[in-house]
Amino acid sequence: MNTLLQDDIILDCRADKIFYSDFLAVRDSHVPIRKNQITGFIGPSGCGKSTVLRSINRMNDLIRGFKFFGSIQFHTMDIYNKKVDPVAVRRNIGMVFQQPNPFAMSIYENVAFGLRLNRFKGDMDNQVEKALRGGALWDEVKDKLKKSGLSLSGGQQQRLCIARAIATEPQVLLMDEPCSALDPIATRQIEELMLKLKERFTVCIVTHNMQQAQRVADQTAFFSVDLSIGGRTGYLVEMAATKELFSNPQEQLTKEYLHGDFS
Amino acid sequence: MNETKNDLLQLPNLERQPFEPRALKSILLSTITIICAVLACVPLFSVLVMLIYRGGSRISLELFTALPPTAFQFDGGGISNAIIGTLFMVGIAALITIPFGVLAAIYLAELGPYSKVATIARFSAKTMSGLPSIIAGVFAYAIMVITMGGYSAWAGGVALAVLMLPTILLTAEETIKMVPKRMKEAAFGMGCTPSQSMTKVVLPMALPGIITGVVLAVARAAGETAPLLFTAIFSEYALEPNDPTASLAVLIYNYSNSTSENQLELAWAASLVLVVLVFILNMVSRWIGSRTRK
Amino acid sequence: MAAENREESILPHAETLAAPPTTVDKIFDKCFRTLTLVFTWATVLLLAFIVFRIGGQALPAIKEYGLGLLVSSDWDVNNNQFGIWPQIWGTLYSSLLALVLGGFFGITIAIFLTQDFLPHKLEIILKNIVELLAAIPSVVYGLWGIYVLIPILQPTADKLHSSFGWFPLFSTSFSGFGMFSAALVLSIMILPTIAAISQDALRAVPGKTKEAAFGMGTTRWEAILRVILPTASGGISGALVLGLGRALGETMALAMLVGNSATVSLSLFSPASTLAALLALNFPEADLNQTGVLMYAACTLLLITLVVNMLGTLIISTTTTKGGER
Repeated sequence: MNTLLQDDIILDCRADKIFYSDFLAVRDSHVPIRKNQITGFIGPSGCGKSTVLRSINRMNDLIRGFKFFGSIQFHTMDIYNKKVDPVAVRRNIGMVFQQPNPFAMSIYENVAFGLRLNRFKGDMDNQVEKALRGGALWDEVKDKLKKSGLSLSGGQQQRLCIARAIATEPQVLLMDEPCSALDPIATRQIEELMLKLKERFTVCIVTHNMQQAQRVADQTAFFSVDLSIGGRTGYLVEMAATKELFSNPQEQLTKEYLHGDFS
Repeated sequence: MNETKNDLLQLPNLERQPFEPRALKSILLSTITIICAVLACVPLFSVLVMLIYRGGSRISLELFTALPPTAFQFDGGGISNAIIGTLFMVGIAALITIPFGVLAAIYLAELGPYSKVATIARFSAKTMSGLPSIIAGVFAYAIMVITMGGYSAWAGGVALAVLMLPTILLTAEETIKMVPKRMKEAAFGMGCTPSQSMTKVVLPMALPGIITGVVLAVARAAGETAPLLFTAIFSEYALEPNDPTASLAVLIYNYSNSTSENQLELAWAASLVLVVLVFILNMVSRWIGSRTRK
Repeated sequence: MAAENREESILPHAETLAAPPTTVDKIFDKCFRTLTLVFTWATVLLLAFIVFRIGGQALPAIKEYGLGLLVSSDWDVNNNQFGIWPQIWGTLYSSLLALVLGGFFGITIAIFLTQDFLPHKLEIILKNIVELLAAIPSVVYGLWGIYVLIPILQPTADKLHSSFGWFPLFSTSFSGFGMFSAALVLSIMILPTIAAISQDALRAVPGKTKEAAFGMGTTRWEAILRVILPTASGGISGALVLGLGRALGETMALAMLVGNSATVSLSLFSPASTLAALLALNFPEADLNQTGVLMYAACTLLLITLVVNMLGTLIISTTTTKGGER
């Protein structure tokens, strides 16, 4: 594993054990996330990559029986500290989901939603425009801001969700397979957008698509499933700069996966 | 098919055999089914025809504005106080049950769906939905009439509320649960507190379904007689919420065996008004339901 | 408060617009959640309170008359002699009669509506008609029963009585108001409930089960009777039990049609009485002692319907979860 500069790390995620009730879903995964970079999570299905990602902004708190052992250091604070309000965490660590999920409101209101939630006092119109430009959607929707967010195409909806997430300028943006429901053209647009976003945000993306990780990620974490103890427990196999991981994987398992020996 | 049969006698017979026992049995059963279905439609049409035939002639402005006639008044009179009384008492019941039912439904559907109390509450609501309507009347009698010392519109409203609550609660729970999970996730992902995600995202989406449930409950309550018989009873005077109050349903019941032809006619007219009201409410709820399903 | 300050200092917002939830947001959240919990508890307590209040009012009568009230047939207000056996009998008998009729029609219609007998449009129309049957208030059915149904039944009933008077079901002459008219109207009223829940049960039969039956070369009716109905039988029995529950608690149509005479008779044409009708007719004029007895009757009715409804809900929920596992 390559060395990481300590002060670069904005989120230091140590998932020692993650349970869903009695089921051990993830073990021993240390994923340091560096500022203004894109970190890709890859691995076969069921390897826990989404679970880890969703633990970072405590979305998994909503799932019954979810238990997290370990720590996620965000700046100087462990977000699993009892004193931390998960709601405040989610406001600082935005999320884009697998399925585009704009609210059943106008495009404008979708973007303004987070701003209103955070009691934003400034120029709302300006901030909404900024977010939509940031989401590479402004030119397509500037004449129909009053229309329902659900009237857009799938790719546009997903970019609307990104605009909605970045409107409040969170520090970290988590993306859980954001392109899996989209066609190749929309996927390409989102990927280009991500490369732009990393100038201002730190991005983590879960993807089932190795090419996508190669195209966008600076760092890549490879997860796999450990069937040895009877369960289907996911764990981190290795993590490195993307180029290094793909060209010179250290672990046998990574080599096999990258060769397409299993998926 | 005939050719096949003639050419290759070895093949099984695939021709239709309309007089074979199995086929006859099928035809017989199908016929019975059709007859049953037709018979089941007869009461509805019979009721509707009779309502229009016997009550239709009394539909006039007077019906909606005048007070009921006495037994010795051979013509004229209306049911205005009964219409207002029904609306008033159903209104009270709705005011009590809508916040009650919706808030409890939010807890059951989202905030604590697996908790012990939710399980018990869900069971209680289901049990209450099967409660005989007269029991709701007995209950309201015990807590309202006895303590307040008399029959009143308030007691009637409480009795109807007991009947409306389970319908509103259970339909609201269903519709809140049906809001797609990804919408709830989006709200939480944006950093909504649980109640913000409810009030800003989930409730607006579930609203049509909740309204459907409310309208259905109102329609059912509007036609209820038994809970009002000894809570609001009846009155021939205009609405006075602290006193006995008339309602369409009790008016129909009271006048149904009246010897006065005039009052009997009013019973039919009141039935027509009530059924039209209930059908309109049913249509409205269906319309809202079908609009949202698209 | 201390926790909140600490949090704010640690989650930086130099360049971000994200702010932690304000105190107002937190208080609102707390209140809102508490309120939902309060009303959830209130639902439980309401049912408990209903049972408790009615039970409490009935207690003196239960103490005084004991279980004897349930099996006695005397009702003499002047001598404080009470018995509700005829009403219990009437409630059960009328409901079971209605269940036989309404169940037969309800299930048949459910089959008709779910097994592709009709083009889709007609199916929807028929379904709506059946549902509207449930929307008509029971007092309107009562009125209709008195002035439409009874006159129609009269001639047939008279003929049945004069020719088959030796048969217990037809042993008394038809006076219009009585068990038969009441049960008939009652069956119309529970038909929609049974039809609706049976339809759900029939629709829940997996397509592959049906295909398997047709694949074996059954006719449509053989598939329905031998495969589809047995598969849906759990849900259909639940429908019947819930229909029975509705019939037991129905008040107005019965109070108007059953004749309200404390008679115990197998005859369809005999007038009778039911618990709900007893309450409806006697409550307004009851004195204190009689109120206690009526509350006792209400308790009995409550108990019967609660048991029947719980049974129905239980049958439906166990059969549907089983279906889910399959």
